[in-house]
Amino acid sequence: MSSTASKLPPLATLGPFIALILACAFFATQSERFLSAQNFALILQQVMVVAVIAIGQTLVILTAGIDLSCGMVMALGGIVMTKMAADYGLSAPVAIACGMAVTMLFGLINGLLVTKIKLPPFIVTLGTLNIAFAATQLYSGAQTITDIPAGMTALGNTFQLGQTAIVWGAVLMLALYLVTWFALRETAPGRHVYAVGNSPEATRLTGIATDKVLLGVYVLAGLFYGIASVLSVARTGAGDPNAGQTENLDAISAVVLGGTSLFGGRGMILGTLVGALIVGVFRNGLTLMGVSSVYQILVTGILVILAVATDQLSRKGVR
Amino acid sequence: MTNSTHTTNAPLVMQAKGLVKRYGQVTALDGADFELRAGEILAVIGDNGAGKSSLIKALSGATVPDEGEILLDGQRIQFKSPIDARRAGIETVYQDLAVAPAMTIAENLFLGRELRRPGLLGSALRMLDKKKMLEESVARMAELKVGIRSMTQAVETLSGGQRQCVAVARAAAFARHVVIMDEPTAALGVKEGNMVLELIRRVRDKGLPVILISHNMPHVFEIADRIHIARLGKRAAVVNPKKISMSDTVAVMTGAMAATDLPAECLA
Repeated sequence: MSSTASKLPPLATLGPFIALILACAFFATQSERFLSAQNFALILQQVMVVAVIAIGQTLVILTAGIDLSCGMVMALGGIVMTKMAADYGLSAPVAIACGMAVTMLFGLINGLLVTKIKLPPFIVTLGTLNIAFAATQLYSGAQTITDIPAGMTALGNTFQLGQTAIVWGAVLMLALYLVTWFALRETAPGRHVYAVGNSPEATRLTGIATDKVLLGVYVLAGLFYGIASVLSVARTGAGDPNAGQTENLDAISAVVLGGTSLFGGRGMILGTLVGALIVGVFRNGLTLMGVSSVYQILVTGILVILAVATDQLSRKGVR
Repeated sequence: MTNSTHTTNAPLVMQAKGLVKRYGQVTALDGADFELRAGEILAVIGDNGAGKSSLIKALSGATVPDEGEILLDGQRIQFKSPIDARRAGIETVYQDLAVAPAMTIAENLFLGRELRRPGLLGSALRMLDKKKMLEESVARMAELKVGIRSMTQAVETLSGGQRQCVAVARAAAFARHVVIMDEPTAALGVKEGNMVLELIRRVRDKGLPVILISHNMPHVFEIADRIHIARLGKRAAVVNPKKISMSDTVAVMTGAMAATDLPAECLA
């Protein structure tokens, strides 16, 4: 049954894949190094943090919300887990658990403010974005934390697949996408996330506790940001107080480029993975071409506006 | 069950006695009585402020009355929320198309009541039984003769009338005792409205009594077996649409005529 495809206009479903293939084709003509297994493994390593943040962001956007705090909460989580290990000598798993508890606490706070006080998610997360940024700077003293146990960077290790070294964190990232894909598509709570974003009132009237769905989504988003913290620490080998600043908007870009509607209730988690890869491919390809990072940000901005415009125009026929 | 003249002797399905509901200084319900019989469509009409919506809210669990009692199949019940009412087998269809537009018909029919796969897939992985829900959707819609072919199409691709049919079909599929419909045809055009009326009739013929709240007098007279007229927080009269004129009904509803002045055969 083509139930998922029929819910989205064809352009929103296929558009991201076509854009990714076109981007790859373009960069293949610009740099001979682009089309290599090593380079794709590098892209995976570069996008894994953004891609995992974007899972949480997708859940929030599916409920017609938005989480502006995602990257900063991820950075705070990274600082907390590395400080716990460096300052108190906690073992890697315990320190990681502490960091993830903090990111989930931020999710809980976002969720409670949205559901209980009925504040708009945009405003709530704009507030927690700043709180998380300030907390990160204050707690770290704006210092990078490097004195961390080897266990904390295990996901940054690689394994050989043929000639190519692939980072374990990328495998975890792909596994998280598969689990979320299954949960959103095949379980009742997953369908309720779509329903809440689609029509909160109709969903409430069917007896679904919509507040619990929303709260769960924000806490889960916090969990994904916490996992992204681990990946970020593993990739850089340190707790970086300046992490998360590009990831914040890149994650939202990935969701939007992946075809999830900012109006909620429509979208696919695998589209977000494609969206994250588009962001990564552009960053990587433009770097290979020797284009400066400022232009990369410029291109990402244009891509996001194009994606939202496509979303808007393709839905006009449906409504 | 299809014969609509016998209903005055049919057993009571739902009953309310002396309902009182006050909102501050305002008394919305002032000792209202209510009786719904098996196999009937009971229309509830009333001017604005007559206590019509407060009555329906009390019956559907949306508000808790201050005084009085509600009986379902002779048993006293107390609803604290619409979810309690639903558990007791009372389904409500709301005026503003209570469906999720981007989701499929089958998903909307089972929203909040999803079926899980048997065995470990369902219990451990919480996997939905999409195939069974699809089959049941087809069966339920066929039973009510709703002419929509594909249950996997998004509700937003349907017309307003078809969407309302989905909402009515959902209520009919899950209600065990009563279906309450709050202005189900208000947002619809003539043809679409008739399609929904036809469906409401089939719900009744299936054996489910229907409470129909409507402002549309032609619709009420076309479909109702009895008409409950609410006025000043009370039940002014219950009339038989086969015996009373539309203008007399409106006169009682607005207070231009006392219910006691109606000929006895008009009452039901």
